[in-house]
Amino acid sequence: MYAQMVKTEAVRPLDEQSPQERAFQQRIDRGEKIEPKEWMPEGYRKTLIRQIGQHAHSEIVGQLPEGNWITRAPTLERKAILIAKVQDEAGHGLYLYCAAETLGVSRDELLALLHSGKMKYSSIFNYPTLSWADVGAVGWLVDGAAIMNQVPLQRCSYGPYARAMVRICKEESFHQRQGYDIMMKMAFGAPAQKAMAQDALNRFWYPSLMMFGPSDKDSVHSTQSMRWKIKINSNDELRQKFVDQTAPQAKYLGLTIPDDKLAWNEERGGYDFSEPDWSEFYDVLAGDGPCNKERLGARVKAWDDGGWVREGLMAHARKRET
Amino acid sequence: MSSEWPLWEVFIRGQHGLNHRHVGSLHAPDAALALKNARDVYTRRNEGVSIWVVKSNDITASSPSDKGPLFEPANSKIYRHPTFYDIPDDVGRM
Repeated sequence: MYAQMVKTEAVRPLDEQSPQERAFQQRIDRGEKIEPKEWMPEGYRKTLIRQIGQHAHSEIVGQLPEGNWITRAPTLERKAILIAKVQDEAGHGLYLYCAAETLGVSRDELLALLHSGKMKYSSIFNYPTLSWADVGAVGWLVDGAAIMNQVPLQRCSYGPYARAMVRICKEESFHQRQGYDIMMKMAFGAPAQKAMAQDALNRFWYPSLMMFGPSDKDSVHSTQSMRWKIKINSNDELRQKFVDQTAPQAKYLGLTIPDDKLAWNEERGGYDFSEPDWSEFYDVLAGDGPCNKERLGARVKAWDDGGWVREGLMAHARKRET
Repeated sequence: MSSEWPLWEVFIRGQHGLNHRHVGSLHAPDAALALKNARDVYTRRNEGVSIWVVKSNDITASSPSDKGPLFEPANSKIYRHPTFYDIPDDVGRM
């Protein structure tokens, strides 16, 4: 998802856990929220920092592919909408960084880990946005996939993360709908516009499916996270839900999902579909996607170029205090 | 010297005259910018009519381990709730 392949530890049998760890697990099983200053296993804390940090980084880096189109939006209204959307993404990143910081990591540490490549952001933002239709496809598919993951996370066990998710989900629906609105305009427009919409769907379909992460049978990190309720659904479950929801939406647009195997399976009550090319996913995660260097480069440059502003404002504040 | 901006907690009063409510936190170099940032981060959709910001360091919080001594005494004092008392119907609304 926005957090993919988050490393965690292997599940340990009950008799190997300390009484404190067992009591902690029981609190989670009872549906209690864990709050910042309370005792928590080190693994829970570390996994959450990785997951929330990666989620925050994704929101921030996710501004870049769309920000690319702000100056070239086709109308003033579309431009205002896109600015509002990109500003929301910045806000989502900030909510999430704050949630991560309650676990005892600083904002600067998190950013340093992103900039050095030690922490990741979602693979999806390493793909380029080549046409205006891509902005529609990102809202419709990428934000649509994000919602699938974020709605259940509102119930996750860590209080600050759950509360950040509540705020984010309230705003996310606008993102998806404005994307679909762009897709409708394009798909029902001139043949050239429709072709652009189809091209955007062709390029963003499989990368969107990859957002959910590898199949559960290959996902080594899920079990403990699900026990801790910081991951609520399995990757395959969410991916299936996403395809089931999206296929009829594509049909309404008169666009074709680029998958010959896509077909309704009456027996299962869901769509059959092809898996994405997972070797591509691992390449993108390892840094070899189409835009990895550009995206991270833009973040590092923004951080470096902003250094004098951060320091100057802090120096000013200190001077005024004394 | 670290230039990381201090953390501020943000409280917002919504439209309907309720108390200021904690909505989250943010980093800012000083109070004036904390207010400006709070407006941008937490009130993009008309969420409030008033903002308070306070440095997180200035907040004193109860410790989770004090939960018992602090809050359990209230559990046994059910006579503090109106439903503890049976008032006959004949008395009318009370």
